[in-house]
Amino acid sequence: MYDFGYTKPSSLADAVAALAGDDEAKALAGGQTLIPVLKQRLNKPSKVVDLSKLGLSGITVTGDSVTIGAMTNHATVAASADVKRAIPALAALAGGIGDIQVRNRGTIGGSLANNDPSACYPSAVLALGATITTNKRSIAADDYFQGMFTTALEAGEVITSVSFPIPAKAAYIKFKNPASRYAMVGVFVATGPKGVRVAVTGAGQGGVFRHTAAEAALSKSWSPAAIDGVSISPDNMNSDIHASAPYRAHLVGVITKRAVTAAG
Amino acid sequence: MPQVTLTVNGKAATVEVEGRTLLVELLREKLGLTGTHVGCDTSQCGACVVHVDGNSVKACTMLAVQADGSSITTIEGLAKADGTLHPMQEMFREHHALQCGFCTPGMVMAAVDLVAKNPQGLTEEQIRHGLEGNLCRCTGYHNIVKAISAAQPLMHAKAAE
Ligand SMILES: Cc1cc2nc3c(=O)[nH]c(=O)nc-3n(C[C@H](O)[C@H](O)[C@H](O)COP(=O)(O)OP(=O)(O)OC[C@H]3O[C@@H](n4cnc5c(N)ncnc54)[C@H](O)[C@@H]3O)c2cc1C
Ligand code: FES
Ligand code: FES
Repeated sequence: MYDFGYTKPSSLADAVAALAGDDEAKALAGGQTLIPVLKQRLNKPSKVVDLSKLGLSGITVTGDSVTIGAMTNHATVAASADVKRAIPALAALAGGIGDIQVRNRGTIGGSLANNDPSACYPSAVLALGATITTNKRSIAADDYFQGMFTTALEAGEVITSVSFPIPAKAAYIKFKNPASRYAMVGVFVATGPKGVRVAVTGAGQGGVFRHTAAEAALSKSWSPAAIDGVSISPDNMNSDIHASAPYRAHLVGVITKRAVTAAG
Repeated sequence: MPQVTLTVNGKAATVEVEGRTLLVELLREKLGLTGTHVGCDTSQCGACVVHVDGNSVKACTMLAVQADGSSITTIEGLAKADGTLHPMQEMFREHHALQCGFCTPGMVMAAVDLVAKNPQGLTEEQIRHGLEGNLCRCTGYHNIVKAISAAQPLMHAKAAE
């Protein structure tokens, strides 16, 4: 790892200023992605701005939404009685990320800022039609994800929270890579105030995407059988040592069906 | 250079580090606590697991500066001062849950956190899931799971005292 300066500001304004004044500065949340990246010398920040003392963690549930602070770690979301009651699929998703130690450090804000094409949270954000709030603005899920490791965030913009409308039914099923537990294919299905939405992670070359054909079929009939006639082209699927593109395309159908079954 | 002040196994320590110094480097190289191992250095194997403010973390994937102000427990901090082993250590010995011992400090620290957070008790399957962050190249895990299972009533009885 190259050395870098380190600062742990105690207000959002100071953190934003530290990032804005320096193109090479990098925000640090749980470090579960950034530290491995720094070890591989894939990134050489001048300084690391630790977001842990900005008061950005915590969960608020109202009658129609769940809002999660950017620095809330996966273990906290998984264990939250409020999240389990309001959106059980979201708590279950958080509880299935990586392993206990990763969940004790990794955060929702870090996961969304990173937008790994195999990450779990992006599928929940997209399928539930969540809103991402930053130090500057609110961004709708449909505008936020812009390709793998690419988001609508501008340089130096800090995610402060994510707000999820509470669905009527939802489920996330992940066909996981047995070693890392990242999604080879993960599907989040939801029906509720935002209509029927199906988001697929792990499969697409461009990162998380909405499976519009499945959405159309499920809008007509919310049932696992509705997925039977729906296929998806392998053209834009990932292909790697773990699974070929046609295999991933096939899995999208299988996992979508399982997710609808789980959502009930 | 940044200074880090933390409590390690109940003792206060103030150490000069670099921004890039990992928590595991601080523990092993600055404080001489070599019980915490580095297996992969890529966040996969769990040999480096310690407790930070009561939660298990991979010490190879946390900066020393992030631990400023925290209370850390390492494998060296589990046994009593008189050498009496922690029930988890005792059960690892009893059930032959280690062979080469390389993964053992991380396994034990992960297991202590897992059991402490689940006073309702864990099934064998839940214990296996709970160990997803820890790799062992020797034992095949069966005896580790047995040891953790056996440590549950002992730890909960101790906590209830
Ligand atoms: C062994 C292992 C297994 C894993 N398995 C899974 C899995 O199954 N599913 C899954 O989804 N993920 C998995 N992860 C990734 C994990 O969830 C990470 O925690 C997450 O992707 C990054 O979150 P972080 O808080 O650690 O962010 P960091 O590593 O601290 O930061 C990641 C990036 O986001 C930026 N950033 C962080 N917070 C903010 C913010 N608030 N505003 C703006 N930018 C910000 C940083 O600058 C950095 O570029 C795994 C990781 C490991 C090590
Ligand atoms: S050395 Fe930290 S996880 Fe392997
Ligand atoms: S006992 Fe050798 S790696 Fe686990």
